[in-house]
Amino acid sequence: MSRAQRLPGERTIKMVSQNVLQKYEMVIGLEVHVELKTRTKIFCSCPTDFGAEPNTQCCPICAGLPGALPVLNRQALYYAIKAGLATNCKIASTTKQHRKHYFYPDLPNAYQISQYDKPLCENGYLDIETGKGTKRIGITRIHIEEDAGKLVHLEGEGTLIDCNRGGVPLIEIVSEPDIRSAEEAKAYLQKLRAVIMYTGISDCKMNEGSFRCDVNISVRKKGEKGLGVRAEIKNINSFLFVVRAIEYEFARQVEAIEAGETLVQETRRFDSATGKTYSMRTKENATDYRYMPNPDLPVIEVTGELLDRLKSEIPMLPDQRKKKYTEEYGLTPYAAEQITVQRETADYFEKAAALTDYPVLVANMILTDIARLQQPDQTDIPILPVHLAAIAQMAGEGRINSRTGRILVQELWENDTDPEKLVEEKGLEQISDINILSGYAKEVIAENPKTVSDYLSGKAAAFQALVGQVMKKTGGRGNPVIIQEILKRLIHKKE
Amino acid sequence: MKEEITAKTVSQLSRLLAKKEVSAVETVSAYIQKIQDLNGSLGAYITVTEKAALKQAEEVDRLRAKGESLPLLAGIPVGLKDNICTKGTPTTCASRMLEGFVPPYNAFVVDLLESQMAVMLGKLNMDEFAMGSSNETSYFGPVRNPVDTERVPGGSSGGCTAAVAAGLAAFALGSDTAGSIRQPAAFCGVVGLKPTYGAVSRRGLVALASSLDQIGPITKDVGDSALVFEAIAKHDEQDATSVRREYPPLAKILEKGAEGLRIGLPKELFSDIISGEVKTAVKAAAERLEALGAKLDEVSLPLLKAAHSACFVISAAEASSNMGKFDGIKYGYRAKDCGSIDEIYKFSRSQGFGRGVKRRILLGNLFLSAGHYQKYYSNALKIRTLIRRDFENVFEKFDLILTPTTPTTAYKLGEKRGDPLEIYMGDICTAAANMAGLPALSLPCGADLSGLPVGMQLIGNAFDEPLIYRAAYAYEQSAKTARRKDD
Repeated sequence: MSRAQRLPGERTIKMVSQNVLQKYEMVIGLEVHVELKTRTKIFCSCPTDFGAEPNTQCCPICAGLPGALPVLNRQALYYAIKAGLATNCKIASTTKQHRKHYFYPDLPNAYQISQYDKPLCENGYLDIETGKGTKRIGITRIHIEEDAGKLVHLEGEGTLIDCNRGGVPLIEIVSEPDIRSAEEAKAYLQKLRAVIMYTGISDCKMNEGSFRCDVNISVRKKGEKGLGVRAEIKNINSFLFVVRAIEYEFARQVEAIEAGETLVQETRRFDSATGKTYSMRTKENATDYRYMPNPDLPVIEVTGELLDRLKSEIPMLPDQRKKKYTEEYGLTPYAAEQITVQRETADYFEKAAALTDYPVLVANMILTDIARLQQPDQTDIPILPVHLAAIAQMAGEGRINSRTGRILVQELWENDTDPEKLVEEKGLEQISDINILSGYAKEVIAENPKTVSDYLSGKAAAFQALVGQVMKKTGGRGNPVIIQEILKRLIHKKE
Repeated sequence: MKEEITAKTVSQLSRLLAKKEVSAVETVSAYIQKIQDLNGSLGAYITVTEKAALKQAEEVDRLRAKGESLPLLAGIPVGLKDNICTKGTPTTCASRMLEGFVPPYNAFVVDLLESQMAVMLGKLNMDEFAMGSSNETSYFGPVRNPVDTERVPGGSSGGCTAAVAAGLAAFALGSDTAGSIRQPAAFCGVVGLKPTYGAVSRRGLVALASSLDQIGPITKDVGDSALVFEAIAKHDEQDATSVRREYPPLAKILEKGAEGLRIGLPKELFSDIISGEVKTAVKAAAERLEALGAKLDEVSLPLLKAAHSACFVISAAEASSNMGKFDGIKYGYRAKDCGSIDEIYKFSRSQGFGRGVKRRILLGNLFLSAGHYQKYYSNALKIRTLIRRDFENVFEKFDLILTPTTPTTAYKLGEKRGDPLEIYMGDICTAAANMAGLPALSLPCGADLSGLPVGMQLIGNAFDEPLIYRAAYAYEQSAKTARRKDD
């Protein structure tokens, strides 16, 4: 081991200033493991259900008994091909499965069946939206492999093996080192997850481990072309942790370089409790996996016919929908990207947008008013699309203001009903009458001389306070644009 | 009568049983008696399942008494090499490593035999994990050649060939990775077939080298070989390398004779790597085939020797991978007093595997390791492609290839123990067929001057077992007639 290698947790990264960090850039490639939603495992007919009693979903094949032979689940292959098609990959016409050898009790055969030099899918890409616009992230390869079992460590009693997860089909999606920030990494992962979920091949449940991420990260001075020494951070299972791990690791590496240390290529783990990464093993003691074509499994052939069939089964993907939403409905690229993250959300949006002249307002309500009411993983919306469309229509026509719109969404969320009737019954129509609003405005100016003079001396917040006072007098139903106009006119006229 | 029963072929016994001239219980009892008499000196069986066998025999007799027409193998006693999994019966691979392991399933071939109502007598000795060709590496002690008990029976299916030669089983199933059925068949004077790769399911065979292994029949004569092969050559959906292929009824094809078959004799295997006595016997057999109407000619397979070395590399590489599952964790032998998971691996594997197995694992790991993969494994795969092409070229002009099965006849126990290289040379004639996935059969063709059996090998194109059987059967019938005349 190199002398420069640090003990876990040794570094506190406060010493590196933003100025120093800004001299560097990070180079990131992501490896994502996605569990495929097949009914049975990849090489046997055991079920793949999550959370079953230990070792109730395993057979001689999962348990590595002598003489047991794997047979590829065609559905797993088809799903993997769909992942490749959805991420613009080239699909190999023939592909091999390999044995990747290492000893660990969760791997009963002492090898994992994976793919090595001839992956199923190669040379794809995904386009992501960042603050700086659209960016293309290359996808190096996608291959199929089996998951390992699970070890359960019991304090004082020893370690137990649960083979249920062993043999669950996975794809590993490897990106090019095209990612330059934590924000891009997050955007890429969100996009990838969206695309995968659209194809229906995985639930991508991060909390159940069906979508997990390894981060390969190195740093270099801005303007340099070569690559630095990379660290691989294993098995991060939330977008937030990916961002935090990248931010920590970037600072750690920069600080090490600034301190004149030599970085070593290593595998690290991220501890969400401390927000730090810790070394697991260095390259010197990395395993030689002794990859070998698996003689139990013949070469896989992918015919043009099969590809055509699988292509026809892929629904309209986020990017195509995004294009449609910006071009036909006038959404901003950012709003369109957000709306298309979840297929259910996009489907809902399309239904509502078709029923109103104001699809942009529909999108805004979904992304703000409705998003606020949803649980973190919730995708369903308990409001009929036609009702949301009606709210958008009323708002668009100026019959209600945005505050009323938000209140209506909240009311319908709890008790879905016709919003037009609700507006009528509760008298929620927007007040745009200049005479009425002028009356309220005059009262407010008279009651708040201090605020008026604050506004006149340049305090912008003071004006908002005055608008709020008028709005209060209207019972929240005033037209904010007209209120602002009237207030300005009255105050300046007075002056 | 009992001595006679164990001398019968499968087809003879099958007829006697069908005609109720002998019962299955009588048959099985005769075999069990003989096992009790001889197994102590021969070491052919590791496990004898006599109670279950007698029970099964009773059931066969009961059904027959009811007048049901039963399959050809009903009531026929069979021995299985101990690397073929048998539900409820220990399967040891002749290794300490599998101590206490009882498979919860049958190999596909065992299910097929059971559906034919063949009666399993027990599990046959072998070289440890089928690595070896003298049957001296078994954890349960060596097997001796019934022709001369000072000599080895060959290996790794030596328990099978000794049992069939000595009348301890009417037939046996062995496995062949580089010659493990054919070489001991030659040494013991019985018939052994290594089928086309994919013709017989490997499911439930404890793998040595998965791309080379095939299960095959070991029988007293050629007719039995065809009969048993027909029973086990069935497609298995649960073995991805099993081929969907129907063979024509072999019994009829056997009678077609050798007339017109074009047979090539590779000059590389009639050179001085083969002993003079073996060559003489095989050449005489070739002349007999010619007299029967076959057309003989010399051919060349220049890559045979390279294929033999490459076969060793591939089989060691695959073996090292296949042996990984024997880690002391899930079943089989676990060393005592281990302080960590690494110690469980290290000590269990050090103590559980014999020398030969450990040597193969180490070599296999070397061949696959990052620094040596290209030089060894990758090159071996290239040679494999080339030898396949060599065979394809030969089979454009020939129906069959005829060679000696082994360079020598059976040698003495202990004679080559210290020299793994010399033992490894015993595969020189047989390994190429495994590399190319081709069917190959060894059948007896006379004896050397000390009276030890000599075997000749017939190699066919993929799925050409019917042609092999035609030539082999014609030869066998002709030789039998000639022997009768001599008597």
